[in-house]
Amino acid sequence: MQTKKIKWTRFLLETALLVVLFSLVQYGISTRMLSQYYQINLTSMCINIILAVSLNLINGFTGQLSLGHAGFMAVGAYTAVIMTTKMDYPLLAGLVGAFLAASAAGFVIGVPTLRLKGDYLAIATLALGEIIRVTLQNIDYVNGPAGISGIPKLTTWAWLYGAVVLTILVVVNLINSSYGRAIISVREDEIAAELMGINTTKYKVMAFVIGAGFAGLAGALYGHYFYIIKPETFNFMKSFDILVMVVLGGLGSTTGAVIAAIFITVLTAALQPFPEIRMILYALILIIVMIYRPQGLMGNKELSRQTLGRIWGARR
Amino acid sequence: MQELIQQLVNGLSLGAIYALIALGYTMVYGIIKLINFAHGDVMMVGGFVGFFSVTLLGTNIAVAMLLAMAICALLGIIIEKVAYRPLRNSSRIASLITAIGVSLLLEYLTIFLIGPNQKVFPETAFTVKAYNIGGLSILNKDVFVFVSAVILMLVLQYIIKYTKTGKAMRAVSLDNEAAILMGISVDKTISMTFAIGSALAAAAGVMVGVYYSTINPLMGIVPGLKAFVAAVLGGIGIIPGAMVGGFVMGLLETMVSGYGNSLYRDAVSFGVLILILLVKPTGLFGKDTGEKV
Repeated sequence: MQTKKIKWTRFLLETALLVVLFSLVQYGISTRMLSQYYQINLTSMCINIILAVSLNLINGFTGQLSLGHAGFMAVGAYTAVIMTTKMDYPLLAGLVGAFLAASAAGFVIGVPTLRLKGDYLAIATLALGEIIRVTLQNIDYVNGPAGISGIPKLTTWAWLYGAVVLTILVVVNLINSSYGRAIISVREDEIAAELMGINTTKYKVMAFVIGAGFAGLAGALYGHYFYIIKPETFNFMKSFDILVMVVLGGLGSTTGAVIAAIFITVLTAALQPFPEIRMILYALILIIVMIYRPQGLMGNKELSRQTLGRIWGARR
Repeated sequence: MQELIQQLVNGLSLGAIYALIALGYTMVYGIIKLINFAHGDVMMVGGFVGFFSVTLLGTNIAVAMLLAMAICALLGIIIEKVAYRPLRNSSRIASLITAIGVSLLLEYLTIFLIGPNQKVFPETAFTVKAYNIGGLSILNKDVFVFVSAVILMLVLQYIIKYTKTGKAMRAVSLDNEAAILMGISVDKTISMTFAIGSALAAAAGVMVGVYYSTINPLMGIVPGLKAFVAAVLGGIGIIPGAMVGGFVMGLLETMVSGYGNSLYRDAVSFGVLILILLVKPTGLFGKDTGEKV
């Protein structure tokens, strides 16, 4: 009884916090307190959070290094944009379609490639991501390299916020379930996991498909905010961008991924006039984090009220 | 038929460039099991060193190539010492991520220092002439690229087969610990491997400059990836495999551009990679060793 009660208060508290955060920003947007500049960065931030959290599910929790995340983002973006602009579906249908299409792409790519290990898998996913991009460049229906422009701006703060919350909710609950424990066991020791009767391929593919789906969702939101999508946006440099966030935050830490996504977005915004310096910093982050703290800043720890409580306790 | 032979001739020089880059990938992978993502960018640095050697120092193309090779050999040693050596005993994913970092660092440091625009390789450094042999048009730059690549490969074969360094390299790649017991300095051998691989990449970089007549800071990415495909195709870690793989990739690419749609060129290369990884991940020349638990 006691635990149930605590869980209820926690649930209510967390929901209330989420609602307050949402309303504050919504208030800021509707009263034009947040300028266009801040809104654009806020949008990038939300999209980056979705991308980082979903890639972290594949790279961090499952331990399968994928470098093709931008490819799934492209699949989602194109699916959603085609659905809303050429077929007149509402945005919700476009988002669902993007999720499903990217998941399907993840399944088709994941089943054969996830047999590969480590660096081979990384290269294969990178190559497949590039194949998706090159293919899009050659399809006239989507205007080839020029891409689709004049997309209506349907992505609002509510959609973004909802998508971020949904992504985090799904990933966190998945990891805390029995599926999640199986997924983590694959990362820790694939052979041992197999001996324990875990169908490692199934869990790898599952994580890959879910991660790909959310990348598609992020792509759809991106397309409906920035007016234009073209294949070049989703090249493997984009995948590296997401990788930097995951590595910085910690391979296997959802809160780490969120914090890193926020940090990288702010950094990107601050260094907008100097794109080279931004990339040099990215590179240095990758190298230095890997040499001195290969598990990422947060490792596989989560930032929660318990950890904060512990830090608070230690301070006193 | 004539056209086919013409395409083959065109493919040979491109294949030679890929083969040279692939050799570096394969040597490094053979010795420390690392996909050196930065290898393509070392090639780019080589191209720029060659460019500045020709434009600023006014050297001829052969000297430029040697200078590029020397500087990139040094660069390769530094990269290994600073970025890869501290990670030698950590997970392979960690080293792979570091390699991506090094690659980005080389690219954007070059952009930062030199600017993002492409540079035109000076016409005076290499005057392009076309010879007509039996109806085939053969450019002297193709001959230059092909011949110098073959010479470098022969030198490499000599080093690996008949010198002490080469013997040490083979020993370390076969069994690291046994090599230590035999008194081989593994650190030195790995440095040497990076030096040789990077020097070959630098030579390829100068060749790219001659071949395409322009160079830019991001030019290492795509040839780097294709050379990697070539290395995997031939069986990564196997030196003759990389050479054959490089030529196959070069010929395939010219064929696709010549007969099919050149826009699909890159997709075809990556398709080959996927196919190889799925059907025979050890590559054409690789032996299946099975998995040790």
